[in-house]
Amino acid sequence: MDTRRSRKLGTSVNWLKRHLVVIAGLFTLGFLLLPNVVVTVFSFNNPKGRFNYEWQEFSTAAWTDPCGVADLCGSLSLSLQIALWATLGATVLGAMIAFALVRYRFRARGAVNSLIFLPMAMPEVVMAASLLTLFLNMGVQLGFWTILIAHIMFCLSFVVTAVKARVMSMDPRLEEAARDLYAGPFQTFVRVTLPIAAPGIAAGALLAFALSFDDFIITNFNAGSTVTFPMFVWGSAQRGTPVQINVIGTAMFVVAVLLVLASMAIGSRRKRQKA
Amino acid sequence: MTTKDSSGDVRLSGISKTYGSFTAVHPLDLTVPQGSFFALLGASGCGKTTTLRMIAGLEEPTSGTVFLGDQDVTALPPYKRPVNTVFQSYALFPHLDIFENVAFGLRRRGVKSVKKQVEEMLDLVQLGEQARKKPHQLSGGQQQRVAVARALINHPKVLLLDEPLGALDLKLRRQMQLELKRIQTEVGITFVHVTHDQEEAMTMADTVAVMNAGRVEQLGAPDELYENPRTTFVANFLGTSNLIEAEVDTKAGDDIVLKAGGGKLTLPSERCSASTATGGKVLVGVRPEKISLVHADDAGEIPDGRNRITGTIADASFIGVSTQYVIDSPICPELAVYVQNVERDGRLTPGADVVLHWSPAHTFGLDAAQDIDAGTEEEAA
Repeated sequence: MDTRRSRKLGTSVNWLKRHLVVIAGLFTLGFLLLPNVVVTVFSFNNPKGRFNYEWQEFSTAAWTDPCGVADLCGSLSLSLQIALWATLGATVLGAMIAFALVRYRFRARGAVNSLIFLPMAMPEVVMAASLLTLFLNMGVQLGFWTILIAHIMFCLSFVVTAVKARVMSMDPRLEEAARDLYAGPFQTFVRVTLPIAAPGIAAGALLAFALSFDDFIITNFNAGSTVTFPMFVWGSAQRGTPVQINVIGTAMFVVAVLLVLASMAIGSRRKRQKA
Repeated sequence: MTTKDSSGDVRLSGISKTYGSFTAVHPLDLTVPQGSFFALLGASGCGKTTTLRMIAGLEEPTSGTVFLGDQDVTALPPYKRPVNTVFQSYALFPHLDIFENVAFGLRRRGVKSVKKQVEEMLDLVQLGEQARKKPHQLSGGQQQRVAVARALINHPKVLLLDEPLGALDLKLRRQMQLELKRIQTEVGITFVHVTHDQEEAMTMADTVAVMNAGRVEQLGAPDELYENPRTTFVANFLGTSNLIEAEVDTKAGDDIVLKAGGGKLTLPSERCSASTATGGKVLVGVRPEKISLVHADDAGEIPDGRNRITGTIADASFIGVSTQYVIDSPICPELAVYVQNVERDGRLTPGADVVLHWSPAHTFGLDAAQDIDAGTEEEAA
């Protein structure tokens, strides 16, 4: 009997050994996703009073009327606009800087190369405060444009990093081959350089969008009376949290997951086509 | 070879390239005739690739002129030269499939219907089935053929090949050498081929230019370079040579008689690239396979008129078709002798006294002022 029990114990230990990685993975996933689950669950709550911290009863009221809270959808649309423009600006500028840093030797190259990472390393509060000082000294009206300028600035370094890595790993012979095959400088760039650098540029752009969309500290300093979505959430958290915030949060999470799933599906289909 | 059409001639006139204080290519004059298969042969860093890139327009010469036919193309960018390149490691566009890779040049020149041409070209290199695959899905040999097809489809006046077979394994390399040679004969385009592999250069090319330290050491047909090298570098870099230090003794008709140790060696004066003043030093060269080896007891059987040297066998290695001997001689240490394994003499083992003999017609003479080891593997290492 003893031997049987110990054998049983042995097999369960073995089972644990074999599945330890999966178990650890599931735990990590749970840890990461639990906050999202809470947000989602509470988006269906019907809270009593102003705060949405205690479960009362199921309701879809907030989902049917996501813009029901004053200024919420306005701030969301402003945040999306700023994120889009900041992404565009930072990606174009950042990609150009990355190409310049990798391909050309110029006087201040070393300095630019290290200074470009400063926004990444510097505490956001410091950057926010110094930007505000700059804007005030220049007498610039705080609002949409100051937010946009600030966002482009701190997104730049991330785009440069992402694109630079890609451009550095690019074989310079590919562009030589293009030039050899009757492509002028512009054609070479459009037909060969850009498509090959595209994954790096796309990664930089996605990063920039995410960073810009949820930035709070720098935005808060330089927004003046303008209110972006993160600022709106912060502000309402002082006075009471409308369920609609959970609705928007859940919707964004779902959109992000769908995008990832779609890109994975396209990727695997392409792979199958190739094989 | 016809002399009528010279539009595919490549003519380099006084072309040179320096990087700072380093001279990659010394002023160089070179003519590659239309339709020929021309090889630039040399060790890495000898300037052969730089020369090729100057023809392609990817490198700007420091001085000199590049002519294609009668046209001066020195100032033209690569995309305006009727020249295409097969790059080392191919440089296929990873984001385009095989069809689009091959069609690239045609599309850039605004050719509307490329389908038929691309398909024909893919058939020529036997890759019709692979048209929709991406480069990374093909094997090395297939990628190599795509690179050739991508260049050839443009009907360039000159095709430049930069170590195109370097990344392939030996067997595939042999196969591609014949394949490239076949394609060249078929399309009749001038090929300029850069390689460090002397066997590859000799197998494929009509004319070989041996380069060393930014200069062309010697230029000629492969057999001519091999049989009658004019510098120690060429003698050692192309195959193996035995070089023996000797002194000019007398001249007898078309021959020069030289003193080496106690013996005399004869050398046809037309095969000597050194000055032949009496008392002058000359390096006498002979290829290992041109030498016959007999045991010292049979020395009487050697016909008259042959160059002969005595020595002892230091080492013998049997390699199947032949046996390679290393002979120690008072005149010259470590002479290499390759003997075909037809009838093997059992007495020829290490320690045996032997006589080496060869025809004076297989002897060549070099200027003794040169480094005797230039171009050998020991020197390269």
